[in-house]
Amino acid sequence: MLEDMKAEDIVGEYKEVTLDLYKLGSRKILYTEIETPYPDGKLIVSTTNVEGVISHVNQAFIEMSGYAEEEVLGQPHSILRHPDMPPAAFKDLWDTVTSGKKWQGIVKNLRKDGGYYWVKATVIPNIRNGQVAGYTSVRRKPSATVVDESIKLYPTLF
Amino acid sequence: MSYMFTVSPDFSPDRLSGWYIFNTWMQRQMGVDIHLELYDDFCAQRVATYSNKIDLIYANPFDAAMLVREKGFLPMVKPEGLLDEAVIAVSAESSISTMDDLTAKLKVAMTEDPDVNMIGMMLLESADLNDDNIEKSIFDSYILVAKSLLRGNDDVGVFLAGSYDDLSNMVKKQLRILLTSEIGEIHHSFLIGPKFADRREEIQNLLIGMNENEKGQGVLESLGFKSWEKVDDEEMEFMIDLMDTLSV
Repeated sequence: MLEDMKAEDIVGEYKEVTLDLYKLGSRKILYTEIETPYPDGKLIVSTTNVEGVISHVNQAFIEMSGYAEEEVLGQPHSILRHPDMPPAAFKDLWDTVTSGKKWQGIVKNLRKDGGYYWVKATVIPNIRNGQVAGYTSVRRKPSATVVDESIKLYPTLF
Repeated sequence: MSYMFTVSPDFSPDRLSGWYIFNTWMQRQMGVDIHLELYDDFCAQRVATYSNKIDLIYANPFDAAMLVREKGFLPMVKPEGLLDEAVIAVSAESSISTMDDLTAKLKVAMTEDPDVNMIGMMLLESADLNDDNIEKSIFDSYILVAKSLLRGNDDVGVFLAGSYDDLSNMVKKQLRILLTSEIGEIHHSFLIGPKFADRREEIQNLLIGMNENEKGQGVLESLGFKSWEKVDDEEMEFMIDLMDTLSV
């Protein structure tokens, strides 16, 4: 269960939408058109358990998401889910990683303050003693070209 | 019984004697013969490790991943505070001033250092550059990468950050850093092979306690390290998973 976003956390004018999140029910999303540029050279790293619940984040995750570490640990990774991302992308992600394979894609992530940031995300299953023990997600700076392609493509996938 | 020990070929030439001093220290502490075999390049070292010739290795992250996942090596320690980061640099006189100035057909100078090249290519990727649209020149050392930039033969160079720092001030004055990675999770590691796995904890404890006496501190200093820190299995597995995400 994810809490609804709160108006007092949002910076700037926002729109409101309710997202239906897989296995988590609905969440009220407040989002703005303010982009935070991806910082050069950094990697955003997080790990989750097999259910997608966050167990580790690095400093870049905290800086880019706008959440404090204690606010995200124990929360579903879909806390970053932006309404502009087509559900098909996340279905593909889960279908891929639960079959033990690596997934890669361009993702628009939602910040706590309602803004967004684009990433090139790679998710891999953490295989320990032959079993999937969780997932590691690593995000890096996407090129402007692939972001432009995604901006055009994603609205067609709803 | 004797051990075969090797060190990732990306160490600074200034540290060569340090590794021999360290090897002597290890032999005295462990009471066994250890032969230090240093290879000229990454390929020759990899052939030796694939042939099961190596028992102890101070490995770069790329080789550590292979040794742990495929050859049953176990992590012991890492040098405190030393991370593997990559630097993208240009000649100080270059017209390239930011990553946004990089375009296809870029001439890139690099060594064969596998993890540094992987990080370097990741940094270039954000400028839409990849193996298909750049021209790579491979050199045996970072000083040769620097020289290629200074001669104007290549546009950008990919360096291990620590090795860039080790360049002389005269060389560094003629170069300019465009970007340094800030990954913060990737490091060299000291590994032990499966044949000697039963001595892992003993050697691990010896290394961790090295900075507690004057002699050990002196040896560490000759390697440029402050101390060794323990690396457990999960930390190593996490780093390998992370490297795996960067390889695509």
